[in-house]
Amino acid sequence: MRTTRLTALAAVAALALAACAPVDEATAPADTATDGALPTLTDGVLTVATSNPAYEPWVVGDDPSSGEGFEAAVAYAVAAELGFAAEDVTWVEASFDQIIAPGAKSFDIAVNQVSISPERAENLDFSSPYYETTQAVVTLEGSPAAGATSLADLAEVRIGAMVGTTSLTAAQDAIDPTTAVSAFNDNDQVKQALTSGLVDAVVVDLPTALYITAAELDGGVLLGQLPDSAGGDTFGLVLDQGSPLTPAVTAAVDALREDGTLAALEEEWLTDAAGAPVLE
Amino acid sequence: MSSPDGPAATGSTPSAWTPSARQRERDAYRRTRARRSTAVALLSTVTLAVVAVLGVRASPGWPRVRASFFDLDVALASLPAVLEGLWLNVRVMAVCAVVIVVVALALALARTVRGPAFLPLRLLATAYVDVFRGLPLILVLLLVGFGLPGLRLQGVPTDAVVLGGLALVLTYSAYVAEVFRAGIESVHPSQVAAARSLGLTRGQAMRHVVLPQAVRRVVPPLMNDLVSLSKDSGLISILGAIDAVRAAQIATAEYANFTPYVVAGVLFVLITIPLARVTDVLARRSGWLGAQSGLAGAGAMR
Repeated sequence: MRTTRLTALAAVAALALAACAPVDEATAPADTATDGALPTLTDGVLTVATSNPAYEPWVVGDDPSSGEGFEAAVAYAVAAELGFAAEDVTWVEASFDQIIAPGAKSFDIAVNQVSISPERAENLDFSSPYYETTQAVVTLEGSPAAGATSLADLAEVRIGAMVGTTSLTAAQDAIDPTTAVSAFNDNDQVKQALTSGLVDAVVVDLPTALYITAAELDGGVLLGQLPDSAGGDTFGLVLDQGSPLTPAVTAAVDALREDGTLAALEEEWLTDAAGAPVLE
Repeated sequence: MSSPDGPAATGSTPSAWTPSARQRERDAYRRTRARRSTAVALLSTVTLAVVAVLGVRASPGWPRVRASFFDLDVALASLPAVLEGLWLNVRVMAVCAVVIVVVALALALARTVRGPAFLPLRLLATAYVDVFRGLPLILVLLLVGFGLPGLRLQGVPTDAVVLGGLALVLTYSAYVAEVFRAGIESVHPSQVAAARSLGLTRGQAMRHVVLPQAVRRVVPPLMNDLVSLSKDSGLISILGAIDAVRAAQIATAEYANFTPYVVAGVLFVLITIPLARVTDVLARRSGWLGAQSGLAGAGAMR
């Protein structure tokens, strides 16, 4: 009697599993394309993802819909190039893991300082780069790292960086410190670790470094940039692998670079707003 | 069903006992039932597995999911870093487990100690347990990890692993103290009464009579907490330490592929399962397990 009931239970469970497994992606992007418009998630709307919180100078005041901050401005410029009015741009939040996850995406494009790399390109689509940066080392006055003038000086101190970023790998590779580089969840915790004394210096990309030394850290010191043998990091807009939008988005970024819009936005949000010239 | 072939019928060799025909019949029947249940269990398990696997494989996103979660190249590439992180988890867990048991036992004793003079001690221990059992571990980690060194006091450690271990001990000792207290209070009062009537002091009764019984009773829930600890030891990564999960996260970001998480998951399961089996063996060797089945009439518990 018990086994019969168990068998029945197993059968029901199996049926339930079978019933829910093959759900098709009913709203495949290609299906929503109408009269030559771009096949976005929602017709006539460009959905853009960025992280929450979003950091300055990339997004001002954690509100990308204001269009203030370099990445917010780039997103609106790309949207305009693609034929979307500013009010047709919707913002959603996405962590890095959500950006790279397979399956239905919650966004058409993601703009979140994602560096383009060959490994990542195997699982994601990237637009052409909208910004090129290097990594910089920031410390505090009075820290053991404050007097460092060379990579060798930094090898003995404790370094921190944000997890999953090229800053972390660059810190490990270029400085090669004796204690392993500490990884923190986000740049807020990286700053906190620096001010708490958990680490002596942190590695962030140059615009962030300029911003936090000028505006956020009390007694922050920008020690300098890491040597950049790989030609610097290039940030790209992220799209789902095989997205039908990729060619159009890449063309839009290319057009913005050629007509000088990207350079102007860079000047406005990264160079001037940070209150410091780009170090040569 | 009379059985002429039993040895009892002949009477020649009375010492060699064999089961009666009826007993053998019973045994045979039980064997067929056992075989039948095994077959049914096997069949239903295999059916379920096949349906599940077919269902997953038939789903339209499967090729993408397989590439993102089960990429052998990425798994091999991330394995050394994840293993190195796991070694940190193991060390943190081992050291913290010992400290936690000591602190928790002290807390449990402080809560169970009698006498009006000990009221402040009881109150302190109760407040400690209430606060740290109520606070989410991640908050304790953030407050201890970023707050304590932020005070810039002399002698406060600035090492992520030490600070993280401190937060783990603070939180887990509150949980484990309650487990110990439950064990202590589950020992029947007659045991204490008997010990006292033999002339033992309260302290001696606690040490020689109550605690030995209490500790063996709480071994299974303690095991639960140890397995939890092995996983939560990874949370110290928010203070900058690179444990297995963090190493997997770094590799995941590098390759834009989730396989390193699967690698870390498999490794965690691989260390916690033997942990459980070792405890079972230890408990059986000390006669702690299956003690109930020795009782008259209890039989093998099913």
